Amino acid sequence: MKKEDLPQEPGALSRLTREVCYVKNEDGKYETALSDGWNVKKDALDSAWVEVNERIEEARKAVMNGEKSPIYYFMELRLMDVGVLSGYTGNFTFFTKRHFKPSVFKDLSERQLTKYASAFDITVSELKNFKG
Amino acid sequence: MNIDSTTDAFHHVQTAHCENGVTTALLRYHGLDFMTEPLAFGMGSGLFYIQIPFLTINNGPAISFRTMPGAIFKRTCRSLGVEVTRKKFSNPVAAEAFLDQKVKEGVPVGCQVGVFHLTYFPKEYRFHFNAHNLIVYGSEDNRYMISDPVMEDVTSLSREELTRVRFAQGPLAPKGHIYFPESVKKISEDTIRKGIVKGINRNVRDMLRIPGNFAGVDGIRHTAGHIRKWRDKLGLKKASLYLGQIVRMQEEIGTGGGGFRFLYGAFLEEAAAYMQDDRLLQVSEDFTKAGDMWRASAIKMAGVYKGRLTEQKDFEEIADMLVDIRLVEKEAFQKLSRFNLGK
Repeated sequence: MKKEDLPQEPGALSRLTREVCYVKNEDGKYETALSDGWNVKKDALDSAWVEVNERIEEARKAVMNGEKSPIYYFMELRLMDVGVLSGYTGNFTFFTKRHFKPSVFKDLSERQLTKYASAFDITVSELKNFKG
Repeated sequence: MNIDSTTDAFHHVQTAHCENGVTTALLRYHGLDFMTEPLAFGMGSGLFYIQIPFLTINNGPAISFRTMPGAIFKRTCRSLGVEVTRKKFSNPVAAEAFLDQKVKEGVPVGCQVGVFHLTYFPKEYRFHFNAHNLIVYGSEDNRYMISDPVMEDVTSLSREELTRVRFAQGPLAPKGHIYFPESVKKISEDTIRKGIVKGINRNVRDMLRIPGNFAGVDGIRHTAGHIRKWRDKLGLKKASLYLGQIVRMQEEIGTGGGGFRFLYGAFLEEAAAYMQDDRLLQVSEDFTKAGDMWRASAIKMAGVYKGRLTEQKDFEEIADMLVDIRLVEKEAFQKLSRFNLGK
């Protein structure tokens, strides 16, 4: 990539920093240059977020319909999967999956609820009283 | 690589990739002024390609354009005879105490962190990715001074914020991983040349001779084969997301552009000067070409996830582009292999 071809198309990252890229200068030698971003990768990130938001919305509906427990919704909201969530709570994945069942969720101990709430950065009452 | 923001002794170095950056900045701090990001990347045999079978990350294919996390620092230091201390912790309190001790001694240290809770990152970038690296180089007013190599400037984190990202959970959980060069001797040009040769030879081995069909240059063809099937198998929507994931792994911050291929081209250019060998300059051009081809494929993939390209023939064309890239990279590594640069 030639230096003059380096895209300068701001994205989410440009709020924080420009990024170093390796480009060829006029003499055909490599040097570094700073880029504000590139629409090709910005669009890739945007489409990933569209997908994430759809998953969250589906999870919300599933909880409202009584198919899943609020734990499932907050897991999606925090971009986690079963493995990551189990890492934060210290539970086995088998139990995490069980806790997605509303029937199991309603009997969870205060200790378990506290673990989940802290993994999600919310209060126990926000977890228990899901409003959608 | 930009070296400008300075502190008393430690100099912040902005690099394309975080682990290269930590390696470069820490070695420079210990007096190795010749160290640059491309050199660290090349000596550490950083270039790679793999599509890890059966694994999905963030609901997409698990593809990497670089070697495994931690390898670049480890290999580069070993090549230069630099002794390294690295520690992991099960207990956050012990991890904090160890870090505080180092800060008190005035030693800058590398830390592996997760980005999901990394407060200074923009929200859009905060996925559960646990192989980010930064340097803690001091403390002030109860905050740790942080040099994050992908950023233009230095920043800071509170104790709680830092401990939280050092104990992020999920794949590649950092477990408080902390590392730094322990003792650095004077290094001769000859040692550097040996390190370069070793780095190149190991990279040739990884890209050409790794067993299996999903890693090395053959891994690129493996992904091309998948791409041909994605539209029918997953449906257009999911197939588009998968292509988007490839582009992010390839072009996002940390890669230097073109899936680290430009960075490797820059390394070979530096290597040519150290080795007094113009043949390496020619191969550097091959990697520039490969990087340009990766970027061209990204533009084509963007056509799909922007909804402009929807036909099976578009997926076939993208796959064909990847097959062509494989050939360019294969020939480039075969040239490097034939040079017989020594051991």
